Amino acid sequence: MSIALDGNTIAGALGELFAVDVSVAVFECAGCGHSGVVAEVVVYADAPGMVGRCPACSDVLVRLVRSDRRAWLDMSGVVSLRIEL
Amino acid sequence: MARAAVLGRLTWRVGTLVSFRDETAVARTVVFQIPDWPGHLAGQHVDVRLTAADGYSTERSYSIASAVDGDLVELTVERLPDGEVSPYLSQVLRVGDQIELRGPIGGWFVWDPEVDSPALLVGGGSGVVPLMAMVRTRAQLGSATPFRLLYSVRDPASVLYGPELDRLRSDPMLEVQYAFTRQTPAGYSRPPGRIDAAYLDEFGYSAALRPAVFVCGPTGFVETIADLLVAAGHNPHRVKTERFGPSGGSS
Repeated sequence: MSIALDGNTIAGALGELFAVDVSVAVFECAGCGHSGVVAEVVVYADAPGMVGRCPACSDVLVRLVRSDRRAWLDMSGVVSLRIEL
Repeated sequence: MARAAVLGRLTWRVGTLVSFRDETAVARTVVFQIPDWPGHLAGQHVDVRLTAADGYSTERSYSIASAVDGDLVELTVERLPDGEVSPYLSQVLRVGDQIELRGPIGGWFVWDPEVDSPALLVGGGSGVVPLMAMVRTRAQLGSATPFRLLYSVRDPASVLYGPELDRLRSDPMLEVQYAFTRQTPAGYSRPPGRIDAAYLDEFGYSAALRPAVFVCGPTGFVETIADLLVAAGHNPHRVKTERFGPSGGSS
């Protein structure tokens, strides 16, 4: 059973990689052009990795797989991230 | 937009359980001491990581229930019958035991005390936990910002923080309204029922007041309430939502 969570679920794992709080960054979806904050991305965390989908069109935005020594981050579904500094 | 309490990459920290208290038959508040905790904003989370002796490791995200209090951080954990992490946190863990935590996380679903517009908090089940952090932070700061907490909960025995909310609501600027969905207290004036448009109209803030709105609970609850609020004229950008997974329970 897959349970839809929100972007906060992936924010901690991304926080290990990024020096800024990505949960408040604004993404643009490559599938439909929707813009929104990462905190409101729909996240499925019960796969071997985490999958974040667009709340508007449900296309895959981001996939993150983490092992002890390596992180693999696929952001091909995201055109851009706007990060307030 | 609120800033995160810390900048820089997150790392795992070791927290020690210093006390706990049972909130209901299935929910326990656990208090961790985390050395060099940088503080947090009301509404932020931590990730908790448990690692078994054989190296198997699993993580869950929990809202912080407490206002900032030095290096102490409180989580309220509702035990799930088939849960992997919640039974351990809420039943097995003993004072002095250590776990790994990472946080604070998330700068979106946070109440900013600098903003003086009223805040409407709508919680379903254990979705009330991050909202309680906001209520406690407001009280700690002596803020006069008007708050309304609408708390959807199955029955009186499932209410989290009931006695504390009763004390805090002596502040006339903090209103607390329950929506009992299955069973009400004896003599309660309203029949059991879910929060609907009429309920929000009666107990929420009018969109004209431009309140900051925070909605937290199970996915279905959050989507229903957010849609109702937007239909009532609230700006979607001021309606912040947070969905709980199974730990949100159904209300």
